[in-house]
Amino acid sequence: MLLTKFKGKEALIPQLKGKVFLVTCHGCKEVNLSGAEHEAELLFNEALASQHINGLLTADYICNPEYLQARFERFADQVREADTILVFSCGVGVQTIADAFPNKRVIAANDTYPLPGFQGVTPLEHDCKQCGQCYLNLTGGICPITACSKSLINGQCGGAKNGKCEVDPNMECGWERIQKKLAQIGRLDALKCPVQLRDYSVDAKSE
Amino acid sequence: MRITELFDNGEFVVTAEVGPPKGIHVDHLVEEAKEHLSGITAVNVTDNQSSVMRMGSLPTCVLLKNAGLTPILQLTCRDRNRIALQSELLGAAALGIDNILCLTGDHTRMGDHPGAKPVFDLDSVSLLHTVCQLEKGVDLAGNPLVGEAPKFAKGAVVSPCSDSVDAQLAKMERKVMAGAEYFQTQAVFDSEKFIQFMEQAKQFGKPVQLGVIIPKSAGMAKFMNKNVAGVHVPQWMIDELAADKEKAKAGITGVELAAKVIKECRPYCQGLHIMALGWEAKVPELLKLAGI
Ligand code: SF4
Ligand code: SF4
Repeated sequence: MLLTKFKGKEALIPQLKGKVFLVTCHGCKEVNLSGAEHEAELLFNEALASQHINGLLTADYICNPEYLQARFERFADQVREADTILVFSCGVGVQTIADAFPNKRVIAANDTYPLPGFQGVTPLEHDCKQCGQCYLNLTGGICPITACSKSLINGQCGGAKNGKCEVDPNMECGWERIQKKLAQIGRLDALKCPVQLRDYSVDAKSE
Repeated sequence: MRITELFDNGEFVVTAEVGPPKGIHVDHLVEEAKEHLSGITAVNVTDNQSSVMRMGSLPTCVLLKNAGLTPILQLTCRDRNRIALQSELLGAAALGIDNILCLTGDHTRMGDHPGAKPVFDLDSVSLLHTVCQLEKGVDLAGNPLVGEAPKFAKGAVVSPCSDSVDAQLAKMERKVMAGAEYFQTQAVFDSEKFIQFMEQAKQFGKPVQLGVIIPKSAGMAKFMNKNVAGVHVPQWMIDELAADKEKAKAGITGVELAAKVIKECRPYCQGLHIMALGWEAKVPELLKLAGI
């Protein structure tokens, strides 16, 4: 199970470039601690006035790529026009959208935390370890915690060979993927962010 | 002596690497180092290299220092969390070890205890940042240190011949931002590639020591090409090593090839880092042949 918590407007506003399309997922609504939908609507209403936001899609289980495509069909024009897609969902949902729209700036609005109990039933290609400090906005929507064998958050180690991870020659190096993705979406500046440190004391209850 | 002072004076800094034993007898290591490595600037001591458990880097550094050498403490993030790493750094400073090299470290899966917990609480970048904090007199959590703050020459590594060279350059920049003052590179066999890399790396304004391995045989070269990240031995070198097996075995071919790389790259780098891998005895000869 998981919880999501809004990163806060101050953290997100600088991330939003150009026209913004909003996506909110209520697949796991009952565990949505932040009331993200409500916040999303607030941000939506507020931003409508400034005409930055050009559409809102509310769906469930956006982590399912097939579902996702069907849901987005109706919004094809808005999405095409949008520069940024701001996603209120868990880490898997954001990664799925970042994958589906490789040329958009896909931004995670939430941090994802674990919640004791059963594990979500999402046997999909993307994985979220619910680290509580979602890094997807710095990594082009590829999760460094699950895509890198060492869960490195400050860049590639020296172990990649032929683009594969030192631990598993069948696994693509996560940081090689991140580097390519950031280059593709013109966001290599994200690599100039301050030194990142994990905080293992965070949980959904901490402020 | 911090080796950064030498870089600042424009000296060409030569270092070599030794690995502590899997056991408690280090006399041999110290003797070998004294005999063959006394002529060079400093000696790196690896930290459970390749995730294979051995004696610690710090005690070995102290023994080398007592023998009159200048050790560089290699510190990886694989086996210790941020508390243990900071504690080790304070201990090093107290024992007079003031040259360090910060690495992320190989994954535990690569070594002889594959079931061990991989820590990676910090990584090379956040470790460098941590060292800078200690130098400012506070720990990573912001608590003040008692008394004088430690001061280190802070080194890091980079892989110029990696097939992910963009990611390596990006990481190098983050290391510089985090406080790295000098770099040692993964072994270079392809001068062309190194020179191209330096074209880009020179923008960071930090001294770079060319990494060199003396190739021992065609078999070793092929093995490294297949298994060692960031290492590529060109085919013509492999052919040369295979051409005269006796000459290669005696180390003559390897020393010649390594010396050639050093000569070609020297105008583009600020020092040399030799990974002798048991061939410490050949280091003086290599330096002579390379004209250093
Ligand atoms: S960085 Fe990865 S593990 Fe952390 S919340 Fe985001 S998707 Fe989940
Ligand atoms: S090779 Fe790549 S994926 Fe593997 S640990 Fe290093 S940075 Fe992470």
